[in-house]
Amino acid sequence: MSYDVWKVRGDFPILKETVYGKPLVYLDNANTTQKPQAVIDAITDFYTSSNANIHRANHLLSERATRGFEGAREKVREFLNAAAVEEILFVRNATEGINLVAQTFGRQNIGEGDEIVVSAMEHHANIVPWQMLCEERGAQLRVIPITDEGELELDEYARLLTPRTKLVAIVHMSNALGTVNPIGEMIAAAHAHGVPVLVDAAQSAYHRRLDVQALDCDFLALSGHKLYGPTGIGVLYGKRELLEAMPPWQGGGDMIASVSFEKTIFNALPNKFEAGTPHIAGAIGLGAAIDYITALGMDNIEAYEGELMTYGAQALTAVKELRMIGTAKEKASVFSFTVTGVHPQDLGTLLNASGIAIRTGQHCAHPVMQRYGVESTARASLACYNTREEIDALVAGIRRVQEMLG
Amino acid sequence: MAASQEERAEDIRDTFAMFDDWTDRYQLLIDMGQKLPPMDPADKTEETRVKGCQSNVWLVARPVPGSDRIEFVADSDSAIVKGMVAILERVYSGEPAANILSFDVEKLLADLELEQHLSMNRRNGLAGMVARIKDLAAEVAGS
Repeated sequence: MSYDVWKVRGDFPILKETVYGKPLVYLDNANTTQKPQAVIDAITDFYTSSNANIHRANHLLSERATRGFEGAREKVREFLNAAAVEEILFVRNATEGINLVAQTFGRQNIGEGDEIVVSAMEHHANIVPWQMLCEERGAQLRVIPITDEGELELDEYARLLTPRTKLVAIVHMSNALGTVNPIGEMIAAAHAHGVPVLVDAAQSAYHRRLDVQALDCDFLALSGHKLYGPTGIGVLYGKRELLEAMPPWQGGGDMIASVSFEKTIFNALPNKFEAGTPHIAGAIGLGAAIDYITALGMDNIEAYEGELMTYGAQALTAVKELRMIGTAKEKASVFSFTVTGVHPQDLGTLLNASGIAIRTGQHCAHPVMQRYGVESTARASLACYNTREEIDALVAGIRRVQEMLG
Repeated sequence: MAASQEERAEDIRDTFAMFDDWTDRYQLLIDMGQKLPPMDPADKTEETRVKGCQSNVWLVARPVPGSDRIEFVADSDSAIVKGMVAILERVYSGEPAANILSFDVEKLLADLELEQHLSMNRRNGLAGMVARIKDLAAEVAGS
């Protein structure tokens, strides 16, 4: 394979950092990924040579800023293969995208006795906004259960789709288990009942090629900071006819066509949902991240990470007393596990002393922890720049911790 | 004569200073925790639990009858937090209430470069444990 991980690593300056005098082994990518120099440069360049507000001035800098911002929107459109650039809304993160849908589409279309289907492996970001909506509207949340391996029970999903179902909100890839769900199939099943589907693609967006037209999803939310881009910028994709029919969410500048005290006319898509000055540098940084990923090739990344997953799964399952949480057939990036006799927090702290960054805790997915009867897990998660040597370091680190506590 | 509270704290500082490597420091901390007298499992109740986001501390503290001293037994599900409990045990347990109230435990943990564990009180029950002991000390000192 032509994928040269050492060359890729060279693009990420932070990977040269040392932690307590040891080389950094960054395995907390499901939390956030590191940024390539191209993204850092794009942000610096924006503030160095183009900074101005967008859409509202006719001077050169504003033109540059507007071109950069709208150019980034086009890059996102192409990245997701959306039909039109008007279907790409910039938000702060996937969480905000989901909340936007809940507060607009949800309030408009979901009422008393209606049901929203989510799964037992959702991140809190794809649970709580719907719970809040249900509370407000007198609707009900229905939950697709998961198997011991961490796969969705699709028969149960089929039974949950009823005339009362008004929306399916489903995670593409679980941050706590690594499971990649068959969302194409699930979207088709929902559509057969006339039910629209929102996909939480926060985790999958940097591991799998996404094609919103092929998937035929109605909404899709992602976070830029997991996609090697900056924090504070995310994307909500929505089908044009749905976005057109939805009321605006936040009011302010840029989302209006005209304002008088008698009547305000709202702007057209996508500005209707982008009140106020947006994170211009963030969008431009995200555009640079997309260019970077596209140049590497998402299929190459997927193939490389797939090999690394196989290697890591073998190496970790060979560790005595290690229990892997989530062993789905379709899995990416995430190793979530417990080690008997080792508190996950201690494991995280002690690995950190060896320069290895993982996450420990409940991963904003309390229901997943409850499902597997664990209080918390340790989670190592991979990205395009991780290596077999880093997995070896993790395994050696876990064994050393076992000795320390033995 | 037994070492004073400040002497015992100094002793802990000296011991930690012997190790440059963080792994070795943590090993020392873990060993200190493992040497703590075991807590009666019956004492580990909801009432004695000081809940943290990731780990818990169980604490039973009481005034020594007929004195202004406080003794306690504590445990944690985290080996590192248990090591911190051992440090607190060394500088607090059996001390008069006034000494517990005046002793700067944050400074000791900062000197050991462990203060991040105390300040991040969402993650473990340590800060809550210190608060409970100090509350009891304030009660004893006030009575």
